[in-house]
Amino acid sequence: MNTSELVLEVEKVNKSFHDPVTIQVLKDVDMQVARGEFVSITGKSGCGKSTLLYILSTMDTDYEGELKIDGEPTRKASRTRLARIRNEKIGFVFQFHYLLTEFSVLHNVMLPGLKLGLKSREEVEHRAMVLLGDLGIADQALKGANQISGGQKQRVAIARSMINDPLIIMGDEPTGNLDSRNSGIVFDIFRKIADEHKRSLLIVTHDQDFAARTDRIIEMDDGRVVP
Amino acid sequence: MRLLSTIAFTLLRAKLRQSIVAAVGVMFSIAMFVTLLGFMNGLNQLLDGLILNRTPHIRLYNELRASAEQPIQLAYADSTTAGKAPMHHFIHSVKPKDDLPRLRNATAIMDVLKKDSRVLAVSPRLVAQVLFNVGTTDLTGQVNGIDIMQEVRYYMFQDYMVAGDPYDLANGNNTIVLGKGLADLMEAKIGDLVQVTTATGDRTMLRVVGYFQSGIADYDKVQCYANIKTVQKLLARPASYYTDINVKLNDLEEAPVMAKELAARFGVQATDIQMANAQYETGSDVRNIISYAVGIVLLIVAGFGIYNILNMMIYEKLDAIAILKATGFSGSDVRRIFLLLSVIIGIAGALGGLVVGVTLQHIIDNIPFVTAALPSVTTFPVDYSIRYYVIAVTFALATTWVAGWFPARKASQVDPVEIIRGK
Repeated sequence: MNTSELVLEVEKVNKSFHDPVTIQVLKDVDMQVARGEFVSITGKSGCGKSTLLYILSTMDTDYEGELKIDGEPTRKASRTRLARIRNEKIGFVFQFHYLLTEFSVLHNVMLPGLKLGLKSREEVEHRAMVLLGDLGIADQALKGANQISGGQKQRVAIARSMINDPLIIMGDEPTGNLDSRNSGIVFDIFRKIADEHKRSLLIVTHDQDFAARTDRIIEMDDGRVVP
Repeated sequence: MRLLSTIAFTLLRAKLRQSIVAAVGVMFSIAMFVTLLGFMNGLNQLLDGLILNRTPHIRLYNELRASAEQPIQLAYADSTTAGKAPMHHFIHSVKPKDDLPRLRNATAIMDVLKKDSRVLAVSPRLVAQVLFNVGTTDLTGQVNGIDIMQEVRYYMFQDYMVAGDPYDLANGNNTIVLGKGLADLMEAKIGDLVQVTTATGDRTMLRVVGYFQSGIADYDKVQCYANIKTVQKLLARPASYYTDINVKLNDLEEAPVMAKELAARFGVQATDIQMANAQYETGSDVRNIISYAVGIVLLIVAGFGIYNILNMMIYEKLDAIAILKATGFSGSDVRRIFLLLSVIIGIAGALGGLVVGVTLQHIIDNIPFVTAALPSVTTFPVDYSIRYYVIAVTFALATTWVAGWFPARKASQVDPVEIIRGK
């Protein structure tokens, strides 16, 4: 595997929670994700898979070890730089959709794009409409974010994660709140993103069927990656 | 920045009612501040004007007094070297020498003053002590010979005339404006003739052309005004005979220094307005301090309102803050959004407050207010100085900024992981 193709590299990451007693939740975690790879992380509750994901997301900076995103070390980067990396290179889909209810569906998708500021408002709006169209919810674009169904909300969240054409999309149980039909739709969308857009996906899930259909499964147990 | 303000506005719209309550708090405090200070300062100016308008900034006059140094003190004053001791001055109750209480060289002094760049106006005055003969009784009075047009222009003479026209006084010969109190005592109507006896015993008939009311009752029972030429004739003095020169300066603050300078230069007595009326300034200052204190307290209370509402909004919007941070908005972006929210509330409140404040000022300005002290005043006085609007808006923005800063900082420190994982 060519190293320049690696979008995510993790070296010897350790993390402990200190409250109320010190518990080490991640132990010497090493992993890599290549461009266009669809990876899932599975494991039992409390095995540290979500904790790992939030470290990878750059939002949690309280750990030891090194994390490189697109070859750039992030351990010592400033918070502003990390915010920029999240904006430009990482897309997020959470179990809960986290749409801003004050804004329309379209505006929710556009926000990270407007924040990046590389394209004009019209271009961002156009791209948002294309994404919503791809996800089959273009007709909902002008509705309020809380006027659409749960499955649709999650698709809006996916569109939002893709607005800046990120290198990697991370998901924390993105299908956890969805019925099997909507889960299927979301999986197909992810599959398409990996295959057609050559974007990497790193999805934390405990849905074994979902994990089984991804390119690679990283299984975690008690803070370690099971080899 | 445009994006951040869009987000701020959208959040504001979603919490419209609370935002309006916060803005109304600011609005009320600004309105009260502007109204209070405008009204208070209007009153201050009115009260100060009672004296200050009528008082020259510097008054030059010649007081008859005994010489400070008697001949005996001057002789051998510095003769210790010659072996003789200075003479002892043993005469008690030295009297002033026989002289007229006039300003020597008054015309020349006036010419010099008129050329001085600090001086706004110079007007001469001739004060005569007289007796008004009313039937068998005599009333004491003081006739001020004035340059009418100068007094109208620089000392608001017309504002204090309750009847008659100052121009009749300027144009007529042997005319007089009586103090209102004095006119009532004499039952002198406009057009009547009054008989005046001077200190030297000369008698003249003067025609009453108007009444003067200063608002100070004792003053109005004694003071009268006439053309300076009339008074010169009354006293049988030449046209250059003046007892006072009144000087009005461009800057009142210069009065004490300039009074000393003029006194030394022309060898006359000089009093300045600050020395004569120190207590008026103290009163105004105290009233000003009280109104500023009340206004600023109101603004601070409004600031706490904003602080509360923003704090509440942040707790309700933790999810939004978390996802904004997750999708690439930095802590300082979030801080700016909430600061903007606060400042928008502040600006809206300040503008509303100005409108309400100016309206209230106009209402107060139209409430009837009649006082014997000021014949020209019919409604409550209001000072529409732009300074109070500027101070109010500046302070409101500063308060809302500070009130917004703490909640905004809290918002910027929200840990998105904690919020998102907590679900």
